[in-house]
Amino acid sequence: MWYFLRGDDENMTSLMFYNMAILAAIAVVSAVILYFTAKKFKTESNVLAQEIAEILPQANCGACGSAGCQDFANRCAKATSEDFKGLYCPVGGKNVMTKVAAKLGFDVQSHEPMVAVLHCNGTCDNAPDKVEYTGLKSCRLANRVFVGKTGCPNGCLRMGDCVANCPFGALEIDKKTGLPKVDEKKCTACGNCVKICPRGLFEIRPVGKDGIRVYVACKNTQKGALARKNCKAACIGCMKCAKICGDVKIENNLSDIPACVDALQYGEMLAQGCPTGAIVYTGKINNE
Amino acid sequence: MSKIKTFHVGGIHPDKFKISSEAAISDAPLPQTAVIPVRQHIGAPAKILVKKGDFVKVGSLIADADGIISADVHSSVSGEVIKVEDGETSGGYFEKMITIRVEGDEWEESIDRNPEINREITLSSEEIINIIRQSGVVGMGGAGFPTPVKVDVPEGKKVDCLIINGIECEPYLTADDRLMQECAEQIVIGAKILNKALGIQKAIIAVDENKQKAIENLRKITRSYVGVNVEVCDTKYPQGAEKQLIAAVTGREVPPGCLPIDVNCVVQNAGTAFAVYEAVQKKKPLFERIVTVSGDGIENPMNLRVRIGTPASDLIKLCRPKSDIGKIIFGGPMMGTAVINADAPITKTTSGVLLMEEKSVFVPEEGACIRCATCVNVCPQGLEPYAIAEFTRNGEYQEAKKIHVLDCIECGCCSYSCPARISLLDYCKLAKYEIRKKK
Repeated sequence: MWYFLRGDDENMTSLMFYNMAILAAIAVVSAVILYFTAKKFKTESNVLAQEIAEILPQANCGACGSAGCQDFANRCAKATSEDFKGLYCPVGGKNVMTKVAAKLGFDVQSHEPMVAVLHCNGTCDNAPDKVEYTGLKSCRLANRVFVGKTGCPNGCLRMGDCVANCPFGALEIDKKTGLPKVDEKKCTACGNCVKICPRGLFEIRPVGKDGIRVYVACKNTQKGALARKNCKAACIGCMKCAKICGDVKIENNLSDIPACVDALQYGEMLAQGCPTGAIVYTGKINNE
Repeated sequence: MSKIKTFHVGGIHPDKFKISSEAAISDAPLPQTAVIPVRQHIGAPAKILVKKGDFVKVGSLIADADGIISADVHSSVSGEVIKVEDGETSGGYFEKMITIRVEGDEWEESIDRNPEINREITLSSEEIINIIRQSGVVGMGGAGFPTPVKVDVPEGKKVDCLIINGIECEPYLTADDRLMQECAEQIVIGAKILNKALGIQKAIIAVDENKQKAIENLRKITRSYVGVNVEVCDTKYPQGAEKQLIAAVTGREVPPGCLPIDVNCVVQNAGTAFAVYEAVQKKKPLFERIVTVSGDGIENPMNLRVRIGTPASDLIKLCRPKSDIGKIIFGGPMMGTAVINADAPITKTTSGVLLMEEKSVFVPEEGACIRCATCVNVCPQGLEPYAIAEFTRNGEYQEAKKIHVLDCIECGCCSYSCPARISLLDYCKLAKYEIRKKK
């Protein structure tokens, strides 16, 4: 073999020829091996599912109830028109679902746009800190250890587990209020904050007409006096809101305004009628 | 002298601060109103038997055990029940409590108040377990596991060794130490009673070697009791933890996820042994316990015999607190919990009330992990707290479970010794909660 290395032109050419021949031979052998292995270990891949997956947002947040976007795409590809009604990607919303439906030839389901709302108004002003907490900054741990800095057993712990867990960066702790604030533009209603909050303070609600909605920002079920001791904005179950609108239910000293209540009609009245300010109305309030 | 025993994985040597070890046990004055929670143990809360307006005596049954893992609750004072509703616990949450306005001090007639020691054990095993159950005895060390459940050995399990845990490895606390100095014979009889209930002959009283007086006392008394031995253990934290104690005394290791009964051992606290003695020999249910009131924020540290339901603030006033208190702790400084409500009642499991000065509770800011592995060295369970913390931070609880976070005994050695002051124990606790929640 060493004669290749002598360096004259003729041998140089043969060196190149040999190299190319050997590489070509390896390529042919590998191609044959690959061809047969690919045949032998072929996996069923659904072209349709692949195409649907490409449309999806690929956030893998699990909001649709499937284990990620690929799983959702597989379910879509297998779905009948009946099954498809139950499938919805809240992150992609109507845009994405129209495209998916077009691929499958089904009708698109109309889903109301949703957003996460926080059922607590225990801001730094309304519910001032009473004690110091020096442990790990985690709501879920603090919830096990004690009642919280504010003293409210149902209120926000203001340590931001939801913020750390939001896959879309739609939550941040408002420095003024201390409470997590939902960025409506970024929120996709995936429901991760609902799952992580140890006190269940988040709810996924319809955005409402022009983003106007009304809800009770309190989860405290204690009696009025006890609830007000810790937080100025606590719901005391005074029944005032129930008199304004018949759909409002009061249970365990806590009012609940269901999403079906028309915010445009009642919202302003409810918010102004609440003596503690536990009812939040996202529209404008006319103060005349 | 026999050789000093200890466990061989991890452990730390915190300063002892046993400033109250010379203070003899004294009776705390009766409270004006006693607030008795119906859940003072692990398991289901007891069912309330009294209503507003009822008159109860000291030792009357006021709440009945609900299920197997539960315990009876007895009145610790005599007087009128004025409230049966939610009361504030030490953590600020609300739980069912029975409030009694104290009138006089009238005891149930069945209780034997003669101070003479009753040495004769006449009852059978079942009778003893029954009496322990009816007396509401729970583990007095801190966890509050109902004692009858532990003593009633399930079928197919064998017990050959009863260990009486006289090790008080937490700094400051001296309640068990004083009890062993003053009531050593009752504890030994309590051990014999537990022996009989378990149907075995052997009992070991384990004491750490900084309690010389208690050791001398117990050695003197155990000479006349066959089968009860005193074993001296090293002064090391957490020597008093169940699994570490078994490792030290018997050399057996409790496998992950198993209980002491799986290695044929039963561990009972010295305070529990005393409560068993009182329940069986004196017909006295568990309604009072020894509480150490101590800490660097206290001028006059004391060991008090306190009725269950006494507000902690009463005891604190009695022991003269200093002016700048930063933290009040129920239990020891290592495993106890900081409380936000000083009026919370003393329960069956409150072994100490500690007041710490503002300057000594300063928590420095958390630094970055430098991978020094100090936490791995000190962990008595042989875990890797730094790795658990890393997984927990990323929300990978299943990974944390794979490295046995569920075997963590929450002793706090890792947080105590971390040079970066990372609250490693908090991460371990969070991981445990999350894993248990997902089940």
